[in-house]
Amino acid sequence: MLSTRNLNKSFGSLVVAQDISISVPRGARYALIGPNGAGKTTLINLVTGMLRPDGGKIILGEEDVTALRPDARVKRGLARTFQINALFPQLSALESVVLAVLERKGESKAWWRSLPRYGEAVDEAFSILESLRLGPHCQRLTRELAYGQQRLLEIALALATRPRALLLDEPAAGVPKDESAELFTAISNLSRELTVLFIEHDMDVVFRFASRIIVMVGGRILVEGAPEEIARDERVREVYLGKRRHAFA
Amino acid sequence: MASANGYLREKIRWRALELVFWPATLLPFVVTPDYLSLASQIAITALFALSLDLILGYAGIVSLGHAAYFGTGAYTAGLLAKHYWSEPLAGLLVAGVAAGLVGYATSHIIVRFRHLALIMLTLGIGLLLAEAANSASWLTGGADGLQGIRMSPLLDFKFDLYGKTAYAYSLAVLFLCFLLARRVIHSPFGLALRGIRENAARMPAIGAPSRAHLRKAYTIAAVMAGIAGALLTHTTSTVSLETLSFERSADVLVILILGGAGRLYGGIVGAIIYMVARDQFSGMNPQYWYFWIGLLLITVVMLLPNGILGGLGALYKKSQ
Amino acid sequence: MLGSLAGVLFDGLAYGMLLFLLSVGLSVTLGMMNFVNLAHCSFAMVGGYVSVSLMNRFGWPFLATLPMAFLAAASVSVLLERGLYRRLYRASDLDQCLLTIGIVFVSIAAYAWLYGTEQQAVEGFPPYLRGSLQFMGINLAAYRLFLVLCGFLVTAILVASLEYTRFGAKVRAAVDNQRMARGLGIDVDRTFMLTFALGGGLAGLGGSLAIEMVGLDPGFALAYLVYVLIVVSVGGLGSIGGSFAAAIVLGISDMAGKYYVPWLGAFLIYLVMVGLLMWRPQGLFGKR
Repeated sequence: MLSTRNLNKSFGSLVVAQDISISVPRGARYALIGPNGAGKTTLINLVTGMLRPDGGKIILGEEDVTALRPDARVKRGLARTFQINALFPQLSALESVVLAVLERKGESKAWWRSLPRYGEAVDEAFSILESLRLGPHCQRLTRELAYGQQRLLEIALALATRPRALLLDEPAAGVPKDESAELFTAISNLSRELTVLFIEHDMDVVFRFASRIIVMVGGRILVEGAPEEIARDERVREVYLGKRRHAFA
Repeated sequence: MASANGYLREKIRWRALELVFWPATLLPFVVTPDYLSLASQIAITALFALSLDLILGYAGIVSLGHAAYFGTGAYTAGLLAKHYWSEPLAGLLVAGVAAGLVGYATSHIIVRFRHLALIMLTLGIGLLLAEAANSASWLTGGADGLQGIRMSPLLDFKFDLYGKTAYAYSLAVLFLCFLLARRVIHSPFGLALRGIRENAARMPAIGAPSRAHLRKAYTIAAVMAGIAGALLTHTTSTVSLETLSFERSADVLVILILGGAGRLYGGIVGAIIYMVARDQFSGMNPQYWYFWIGLLLITVVMLLPNGILGGLGALYKKSQ
Repeated sequence: MLGSLAGVLFDGLAYGMLLFLLSVGLSVTLGMMNFVNLAHCSFAMVGGYVSVSLMNRFGWPFLATLPMAFLAAASVSVLLERGLYRRLYRASDLDQCLLTIGIVFVSIAAYAWLYGTEQQAVEGFPPYLRGSLQFMGINLAAYRLFLVLCGFLVTAILVASLEYTRFGAKVRAAVDNQRMARGLGIDVDRTFMLTFALGGGLAGLGGSLAIEMVGLDPGFALAYLVYVLIVVSVGGLGSIGGSFAAAIVLGISDMAGKYYVPWLGAFLIYLVMVGLLMWRPQGLFGKR
């Protein structure tokens, strides 16, 4: 469904992505782990087009999307969330999601019809919010929502683009542990058709929700495998438990 | 689920205060018939501020050169009336189109930049047009301004000395443009603009072609500014370089900020207060006038970040 | 023709030096705190009027007024920084613009009230700066030569102090990466205040040097703002070399424009600025 071939990227002499090839099949739940600075977020930025790779290809479904702008990739079904909330503080939750739905439907260019005329889009936005249990809060301004609710709104925005592949950059960052389990339950309840790649630091969560795990270190892929394999892997242990223990919170 | 839509409908409903405000704009005809020229100036300035609000208040584009489009409209209307066609309504249309074309052309530059570069570019484009008009004095009359414009009557009404026609004309155009602006900001497109203002970086991640949106908003705003400029030409029968000047760009920014950007009535309220105050203090040396404006600006920025309307809104909320 | 060309080049160079002095402070402070300070030329005006007062009312010699102009402008800028600017460091560009435009308006009015709106006439300007020299057939006005010297002197002092002193290292660190600098225990706020004082002071010096070349009236704060902004944005934020190069290019092209194509006015300058900004929005020597 989503794959990369030999992605490379460096800033000056700093190599942040080296020869990265991954392949995430349809409906899979992949976790991307690794110590800080391993290049996980960079990989998401490359895949979604926020960064331009120096070399390599990004393939979504059958299509090479390497040359497309970020918004064009979203249109083809590649959505992401951000590690640090990137929301619309002065829009209500509902307005934010309605906006994303309208953008997907290509109706955001209309400037002569008023918003309530787009009942279908509004209903859809509302049901997305409801599925993430944000329904009762949908009229509140984003900046007035609790932090955990804002994290959910991040996901709601991505879902509103009706993605085929969804990249979640530490969806539970900053959320207390009990709430984070709840958040991941919501994620795992997403459609089985949807391909998910998520970055996460909490190993409990990773082993519980991922069908496969990719470990990155220093801008390259160290190993990829099923959770049991990763748990047994000597190299991974070394990275996490050995000399770099401090890097892993 | 009807409630979700109901909430959106509630947001765009006409408020009681609005329904009082617009009929009240007719009062000058009866109450202050000696001040109709001023009233028409206020309406024109309000329209200009409204057009700036579309890009600054709603789309977050800071412009120090919005007079470029106002002046383009004013000169287009003036040249058209002087040499070819003195009927005002067609002039309004042509001026709007001309300003829109300039706006569309420059929007391609504007939307690619943010922060200091954006401010500098809007300033630069404004100065560029002002200098061009100054240099091309064979066409524009240069520093003397464009003289000898004679407008034909509007429909059947002559532009009289008391400004009756002028005010009716300006007010009607302001109202129509206001309806248009209201429509625009309550549309999906308007929502997208607010999205760009709130978080431009996030927009591509929900699949939004931000730059195309911004170009469109900028062009619409330029058309409106051009229409405002044409109104000024039609109601005063002269065009001066001042219509393109930095001072005019700065004034309209002050007016909008004073009233409150991003709230539709901000420009109108700001224009009323600013123009009435300026008229009251017209005996004052313009440099001292700007002293008070400067002080006001500092105060508004430090104490009233959302302008007068924002401050009133906050007071109202507190009292509840 | 060749003689006039050299003359235009020389005058442009002198003018460029003046613009450099006026703008270098803004370039550093803008690069450091990203604060859009449109009131920078008001500081220059402070320096200019201090010089005028000292010379006309108290009979000070011109050269002696220069340090006072620097000090006065530096103090005023520190007062404003402490009182107003620092509260808006995290505010939007728009708020910063509005606040500083407000200050420009107030300063224009204040000086119009204090000194009137006419150009200031200076009495007792030293005769040795009024004359001119002949050099290889070119007429070099002594004052412009003096300006060029001042420009090079200030550049040398600035570059040396920013390159080789501890304070300079702090400034460069803060311009490069403010967060990192804070992390290293550099008192960025204090560094900024001092830099701001330096920048304001240099503007004040520029303002007082400007009197003889371009005149001084309350409109100065707005009239030269555009030039200063051009220098800063074209040169690149925080780049002294960039400001230097941009100021000289701007000075020479403005002089040449006025001399050879006077009917175009400032059109050419603005066109070049818009073009350059479109080509390199970070400025010619900008990093970010």
